[in-house]
Amino acid sequence: MKPFSRVTGVAAVLERADVDTDQIMPKQFLKRIERTGFGEFLFFDWAKDPDFELNRPECRSARVLLAGRNFGCGSSREHAPWGLQDAGYDVVVAPSFGDIFRQNCIKIGLVPIVLPAAQVKRLYQFGGRELTIDLETQTIEDPSGEVTPFPFDAFERHRLLNGLDDIGLTLEHEAAIDEYEQRRGLARV
Amino acid sequence: MPRSLFEKIWEAHVIREAEGEPTLLYVDLHLVHEVTSAQAFDGLRLAGRAVRRPDLTVATMDHNVPTLPGPIEDPLARAQLDALSRNCEEFGVPLYATGSGREGIVHVIGPELGLTQPGKTVVCGDSHTSTHGAFGAFALGVGTSEVEHVLATQTLPLKRPKTALVRFEGTLPSGLTPKDVALGMIGQLGVAGGVGHVLEYAGEAIESFSMEGRMTLCNMSIEAGARAGMVAPDETTFAYLEGREFAPSGAAWERALEEWHSLASDEGARYDREIVVDVEALEPQVTWGTNPGMVAPVGALVPDPADYPDPDERAAVERALAYMALEPGTPIEEIRIDRVFIGSCTNSRIEDLRAAAAVAAGKQVAPGVTALVVPGSAAIKRLAEEEGLHRVFLEAGFEWRQAGCSMCLGMNPDVLQPGERCASTSNRNFEGRQGRLGRTHLVSPAMAAAAAIAGHFVDVRELEAVSA
Repeated sequence: MKPFSRVTGVAAVLERADVDTDQIMPKQFLKRIERTGFGEFLFFDWAKDPDFELNRPECRSARVLLAGRNFGCGSSREHAPWGLQDAGYDVVVAPSFGDIFRQNCIKIGLVPIVLPAAQVKRLYQFGGRELTIDLETQTIEDPSGEVTPFPFDAFERHRLLNGLDDIGLTLEHEAAIDEYEQRRGLARV
Repeated sequence: MPRSLFEKIWEAHVIREAEGEPTLLYVDLHLVHEVTSAQAFDGLRLAGRAVRRPDLTVATMDHNVPTLPGPIEDPLARAQLDALSRNCEEFGVPLYATGSGREGIVHVIGPELGLTQPGKTVVCGDSHTSTHGAFGAFALGVGTSEVEHVLATQTLPLKRPKTALVRFEGTLPSGLTPKDVALGMIGQLGVAGGVGHVLEYAGEAIESFSMEGRMTLCNMSIEAGARAGMVAPDETTFAYLEGREFAPSGAAWERALEEWHSLASDEGARYDREIVVDVEALEPQVTWGTNPGMVAPVGALVPDPADYPDPDERAAVERALAYMALEPGTPIEEIRIDRVFIGSCTNSRIEDLRAAAAVAAGKQVAPGVTALVVPGSAAIKRLAEEEGLHRVFLEAGFEWRQAGCSMCLGMNPDVLQPGERCASTSNRNFEGRQGRLGRTHLVSPAMAAAAAIAGHFVDVRELEAVSA
């Protein structure tokens, strides 16, 4: 995983509640067996509507998605965050996330930031303009000069800042896994 | 200190705890299917890693498989299924492939084979893994990175979720099914109501549910946003498991029973939240919108966005009604349907098929309606055929298919056409879920069969009074 510390990039606004992962990455693209190349299918059905929010020209280069509450609910498909990342997004800011989606984001280094709804709504006004998201200082700086702090789990932050691989981290404790299996009588025969 | 069912399972699976870090939890059972595993196996290959415990891993084919006999025509689906076969062979993972006679929807065959057991931790790269909580297991859906993690280490780093006790008060009214209870609960909680929580379902109504009913309820936990759902194991659970292929037998069964008896939450166990659902106030449920929380009793009207004070919610309801092509104030019973789907990991088990067949027996599917019945596994298909259920369906004009996920998610040839409206026993009525621009209404198997006969939604309790 690539380390992430800070990004300055255009914000795109998707002000809708309960956006499910079926919308983010529709089913027909789940048959691919690769991990990359999902960006062009992002919000595939919604994107057919010329008025779809993310079709605005300024959203083309967006790196920050400002979303609505319960973003990424539904299916566990990691193809949804893969698509967002492949389309250029580094950060998603929302009042809340679906649990599995949030977890998937963390695993692949797409930074999910939770802020109170009123603060996310305030940021919507900066759609099409640049925000600076700094994970080191846990702040969002907007074009008005205001700096909004955000909470972030310390361990997850450490993982993202250093681009640490979860499996590698766990395998450092392989002896503890062996011991657990012994204790439970689950040792391999 | 009294402990809850969840706490007992969690604590029994902790490998390592460290301040400020996620807990490293042991995984007892890892279920695998074709859609979310290919990239995980690739990751193992790239890193030169093996599957740590192929003996605790089981794979099947479900999402992509056609439900009509014959070869798979979609080359992408074929490639994904071939990749699963190759991966299982290379990494030594047992695979119940299509045609093996033991295949089926992953959340149907796990319990059916006796793999899912009380007290276990179960994961699968599928959000409906919550189904297995019906056995008093801690079962949760994960993404592909986590699938790879579990394959490589048989563990999952996890922050301890919060707990909620959902107390279902009252006895289940006659004609009401576990699906109605699940939808009614989600209507009350909302689709984000359970986020971050493991829900433990309790109460007389839940105890009266069969294992099939408990699986339906736990399956829908994720639709309330919950991490998992669970029901304390009891005699119903043990009776279901006894004699199944991978359930313990002989002396091991006796030891297991003793252990399983101790799993139920202790008197005075604490939860982060308590939620009460009044079962007796519930009626058969029908969703009208584009998420499972947009649901109403069958006797109600399609809601009016103007009645929602919260602007976000109002906008969501407006969008949902536009997508569903529904006018506010329309009686739900006047909504006409084109298709019926009875199946999915929510409602494709033998009891579901029996309930639908009981409604369909001696009647005819309404003109213009196509109705599909898809058993959840090859074993259920065989059992239903032994019972003659397939004949009941066929004579009533339903199609009788082979096991698979089918029209729940439109990854195989069973899809809605744009604009088609479907009464479906599946779990998600998201936009395009069953096919692009398709319109899904979630209901119970009995309600789906009743809608097939009537051509529109109807209270199954009053079906006899309706002319077919």
